[in-house]
Amino acid sequence: MENNKLLFDYLLQLGDSSLILGQRLSEWCGHGPILEVDMALTNIALDLLGQTRNYFQYAVEIEGKGRTEDDLAMLRDVSDFKNVLLVEQPNEDFAYTVARQFFFDSFHYLFLSELQHSTNEQLAAIASKSLKEVTYHVRFSSQWVKRLGDGTEESHQKMQNAIDDLWMYVGELCEESELDKIMSKNKIGVDLNKIRPNFYQEINDVLQEATLKIPEDNWNQTGGKNGKHTEHLGFILTEMQWMQRTYPNMEW
Amino acid sequence: MKNWPLWEVFIRSKNGLHHKHVGSLHATDEKMALENARDVYTRRNEGVSIWVVESKYITASNPEEAGELFEPAQDKVYRHPTFYDLPNELEHI
Repeated sequence: MENNKLLFDYLLQLGDSSLILGQRLSEWCGHGPILEVDMALTNIALDLLGQTRNYFQYAVEIEGKGRTEDDLAMLRDVSDFKNVLLVEQPNEDFAYTVARQFFFDSFHYLFLSELQHSTNEQLAAIASKSLKEVTYHVRFSSQWVKRLGDGTEESHQKMQNAIDDLWMYVGELCEESELDKIMSKNKIGVDLNKIRPNFYQEINDVLQEATLKIPEDNWNQTGGKNGKHTEHLGFILTEMQWMQRTYPNMEW
Repeated sequence: MKNWPLWEVFIRSKNGLHHKHVGSLHATDEKMALENARDVYTRRNEGVSIWVVESKYITASNPEEAGELFEPAQDKVYRHPTFYDLPNELEHI
């Protein structure tokens, strides 16, 4: 029973990051800088929402209390969400969106590559299915980092600002929560210490090619995995959950 | 963005079939053109292979010359293999 609770929380932690980033990206729908990028961003948003559904469907199944995947997405409050802080940061402009995506994708790719080897078969299957999608996400976002970083003076400056501003949320990605430690130990979850060096190597390589400066290590904002969020998450949930909160139990 | 070149997109819907022109898009280089084509034209599982070519490299026939180019073929029915009796068992012809 105890193990199921741990797995349930772990599934929320993974699903919430995908859900909130998917929601953020979907804000671009109809507002992308060009039609092609508009569609690319919403495609990625849909991939992430699909992954969330896989995690949440499995979560409610092992919880066995009759809740649905929608209940998990629409009827939890800020402190119940376990997503990392990076994904709830606002879109601001295209450079911010690309930077946020690049950091998350780079992490996500390495994370899923490990999660494929989970001793939990269901989780391993979700990971290997998601990995194909995320392989494309990394390709998309890192190419845009290079294009904008190594582009015009203006695009370079905007990209650098975004990298600098979001840097304080990057450390949390590979920082172990108590739950991460337990799940890595019992071989169901991923050992974040193992992927950390590769993660920073990957980021360094891309930023260097993009002629961007890697920010100096500073203190990190953390707490998302334990339900402590920045002020932005509340606004995201207000919008995302509006329908269900206003018309409880409505279906369509 | 206004001066991004135009690209023509060709997609093969499954192995064994030929690539077919599906539309065009804007992109700065061939890498971006391929990715944009993937995002715009294959999201409903339309393809297994993509070709992109910058539109400026396509040489097109002139519609005004359609008469001299194509009409002569219209009355040459003997160029179609329609004068054979095919056995009923033969399919896909």
